[in-house]
This record gives sequence, structure tokens and C-alpha cells, in this order.
Amino acid sequence: MKRFWPFILFVVLAGFLYVGLYLNPREVPSPLINKPAPMFTLAQLHEPSKQFSPSEMKGKVWLLNVWASWCVSCREEHPVLMALAERNIVPIYGLDYKDKREDGLGWLAKGGNPYTMSMSDSEGRIGIDYGVYGVPETYVIDKEGIIRYKQIGPVTPDSLRETILPLVAELQAK
Amino acid sequence: MKNICKYLSIALLCLLPAFAHAGEAKDLAADPVLEKRMIGLADKLRCLVCQNESLASSHAELAEDLRREVRELMKKGMTDDEIKDYLVARYGDFVLYEPPFKPYTVLLWIGPFALLFAGLAGLVLQLRKRKQAAPETQLSTEDAQRADELLHSKDTQA
Repeated sequence: MKRFWPFILFVVLAGFLYVGLYLNPREVPSPLINKPAPMFTLAQLHEPSKQFSPSEMKGKVWLLNVWASWCVSCREEHPVLMALAERNIVPIYGLDYKDKREDGLGWLAKGGNPYTMSMSDSEGRIGIDYGVYGVPETYVIDKEGIIRYKQIGPVTPDSLRETILPLVAELQAK
Repeated sequence: MKNICKYLSIALLCLLPAFAHAGEAKDLAADPVLEKRMIGLADKLRCLVCQNESLASSHAELAEDLRREVRELMKKGMTDDEIKDYLVARYGDFVLYEPPFKPYTVLLWIGPFALLFAGLAGLVLQLRKRKQAAPETQLSTEDAQRADELLHSKDTQA
């Protein structure tokens, strides 16, 4: 037994390092999960004279997707959101984060608009309230206005199928 | 005339450093006391988009926004602790360079000391065991003589 100790130690250490290989050091778990989505009132991107507030969404499950025209990973995510919007399962609201209005509008006009509505957060203040640190980020918000999930980085077909859509279905059934 | 030109150009050259002072950082607040306090606090906060850089030293856009936010919260009269809580509520404990002592950070705080003590305990046990396993032996006179001979013979060979 005694001479196996170094080997056991090695296996334990190797186990830790192996798990470490698959951790994402950039991923910061959000403290906002299971907390009410922070309130805000922002001008709509397409009609700046009108405003939007999450309180209008009471009773609905919805996605809040943080995007920007300057965001490279958003391009990767865009077709996934377009396909999701076509299926009409859950409304997607966009938060145009730290972006010029015309740039945001241009990007939607060119690439297609998967959003039921987008809001303009040109200063990035609402982003701070939501703990946004890397775009794109997507929040799943339930009927009571509670954040149930946060996807950091682009929504992929996999994350949609395995995590987001099952969660949406579960929340909608409630 | 030539001389006047020369002296004039020298005088002008002497004026050059007046334009050479470094531009101030873009987001330096008008109030240096507040700025100092903000930097002091931002030093203890982590820039989220950088790998291991403080909020005070980062040039990332998010860091600039967060510094602006901290500055404004300070102007509102919030204490440093309140500002920390404000940021933790949004970004989690990760923004703090010094993580709080919580059930799930116990290993982080205690772990190194526990390892150190385990190592020391192991060492002490091992040393005690060795002492028991090899008690001091007394050489008999015969053995001592033989040892002496062996040593001596080696000596002459060399």
C-alpha cells in the first residue's frame, strides 16, 4: 500500500488538471440567476420615441439577447437566432449594447432581424446592471420576470437544443 | 539679419517643450481626490474581460465603463463597501480580488495551510518512525577493531 501513495497522489493531481483543461477561465457565473431581471426603460432601436421596459413582458417567457454591430461572435450566433425566430417558440428581444443607433440598424437591415424588438443601450449602463461583460449574452427570463439562465457567448444549435429550449418549454408550461 | 534669425529660431525651439506635456488620461475626473479614491478601490476589483488585470489598470472598454460607474456611485455618496456590493450583485464575487470567506471558498482560504500542516505532520511522523526503526547500536570492541583495520588498510592503499 505504502509504495502506491505517490501513484495515488499523481492520479488525483492528474484528475484535477484534466478537469481544468475543459474549464473556461473567461466564464463568470452570474449572480443574477434566479433573481428578478433588473428593470430599465430604454428607447426602442427602430422607434426611439417609443420606450420598452421588461415589466411589459410579465406573463411571458422571453429571451433577452445582448448584441452589437461591432461584435464578432454575434455574426456566428446570428443565423441561429434567425432560425429560432422563424420557429416562433419564444420572443427574442435584443439589447443593442454600446452601439451607435445607425450601426445597429444597418446591421439588422443587412443581416436580417430576429428580434421582436431591440432596445438601444448606447452607453452600456443597462449592460452593467445585467452584468454583461462579453457580447453576445442571452438571458432566459420567465413569466415572473426572473432570470433563469444566462448564456455567455454565442447561442449555438447545441446550447439551444440541449439547454435553452427545454428550459423555455418548462417555464412556459408553468 | 542672419543672427537675428538664428536667435529667434533658438528661442522658438526653447518654447517647444511647452507643447510636449503628456495628454491626460481621457477619463480622469475633474476631482483629483475622488479620482484617487476611485483608483484605490478599482485596484481591488478585477477587470472582467482581461485575464488577471485590475479595474484600475485596464484599458478595456468595459473597465472604462465600470470606472465611470464607480466614480458616479462615489459622487452619489456611496461607501466603498456599498460600491463593492453593488458590483458583486451584478458580476459576482469574481470582481473582487480578495474573495470573501464563504462555505464554498473555504478550500481556497484554508487549503494551502491544510496542505502545509499535512506535510509537516507527515514529516514529523516519518522522522519519529525512522528513529524507532533504527535504534542506536553499540559497537563491540571486536567490531570496532575490524572497522579500524578496514579503514586503515584503505588508507595505506591510497
